[in-house]
Amino acid sequence: MRIAIASGKGGTGKTTVAVNLALMRGNVQLLDCDVEDPDAALFLHPQISTISSVYVTVPRVLLHRCIFCAECAHFCAYNALVVLPDQWLVTPELCKDCGGCYLVCPEDALTTERRKIGLIQFGVSGSVNVVTGDLQAGEAMPSPLIRRVKQEANKEGWVIVDAPPGTSCAMITAIEGCDACVLVTEPTPFGLHDLQLASEVVKILGLPCGVVINRSDLGDSGVREFCRDKGLPVLLEIPFDRGLAVAYSRGVPVTYVSEHWRSVFQELLDAIESRFGDKKR
Amino acid sequence: MKIAVSASDNNLDTMVDPRFGRCAYLLIVDSQTGEIVSGGRNEFAAAGGGAGTQTAQWAIREGAEVVLTGNVGPNAYNVLRAGKVKVYAGVSGSVRDAIARLNKGELSEISNSTVPPHSGMR
Repeated sequence: MRIAIASGKGGTGKTTVAVNLALMRGNVQLLDCDVEDPDAALFLHPQISTISSVYVTVPRVLLHRCIFCAECAHFCAYNALVVLPDQWLVTPELCKDCGGCYLVCPEDALTTERRKIGLIQFGVSGSVNVVTGDLQAGEAMPSPLIRRVKQEANKEGWVIVDAPPGTSCAMITAIEGCDACVLVTEPTPFGLHDLQLASEVVKILGLPCGVVINRSDLGDSGVREFCRDKGLPVLLEIPFDRGLAVAYSRGVPVTYVSEHWRSVFQELLDAIESRFGDKKR
Repeated sequence: MKIAVSASDNNLDTMVDPRFGRCAYLLIVDSQTGEIVSGGRNEFAAAGGGAGTQTAQWAIREGAEVVLTGNVGPNAYNVLRAGKVKVYAGVSGSVRDAIARLNKGELSEISNSTVPPHSGMR
């Protein structure tokens, strides 16, 4: 069972849900794919066993071969390459590592260079295996690092993917290939707006989907009405609770705090198992 | 000498476009005659990313030795510097006036980019 925790709007409680779900389930692998702001480890405090650098490749010119024909620059859809009458230039931050320039070069004048984009960390917290992607500050493209983190996904057993917010490439890279997706939202116009976008993405990717409504006793009824109209199951509602906020601010998973919270996240675990469990790997 | 000017429209009386990479038009003007000799609508204005590098490449391939614009980002500036193009930023008013001021030596050349990447998208 590979389950993605995503949201659309940021700050709705993805990591709270992912971390506490992982702790209630146990024997689980948690992939922190929110690589621009990985924070699951702030709650799980995993003992880190390995840290590896993650690289992408960027093209480099072999000047003795280059005829400055600019075929590579014309091909590059991301405008990463510039060819002047006697110079060949690359803007590494714009390169998406598609590999096209190497193929179109008629002189075989391009080779590759490695560029570090971030780290991948492996750690253990109790029976939760934590794999964290950590994008280097200033990097514009998280997807290559997210793909690298997802390569570590166990083939069997429970895998929880903590996805980045939004509905862009990074979110799609994180959730694609999962068996089901939980969208965490809040009952506000902003929460609803982004839930609509996120649920469309999940639908296009063909994933079964359920919703967790956080701070469910605040805001308005728009999210509930949307879920009803679209047939999206509400797996859990979490009323606003000061105790949860306090635990969060201290980096303590709320399921450590009381039996009440353990039963809340057990309820979510049961709802996921019963609704998506037939997808279990 | 050819001068590349970021412009709002395709004539000398239009305003200098404050953005370089995403300018609406890039006009190549002959400094001797004061006439537009090439350039036109900037097809990179709406590029997802890398507009600056491509507009800079275009200016260099048109033979421009000088750029007049409002602001220029780091990626575009790197390309212009590689092409040994002199960049005059902070330029406003009409294209015609800008060229007149350049010829009178009233503009100052910059030696670094003036704005962060993607500024032209805002």
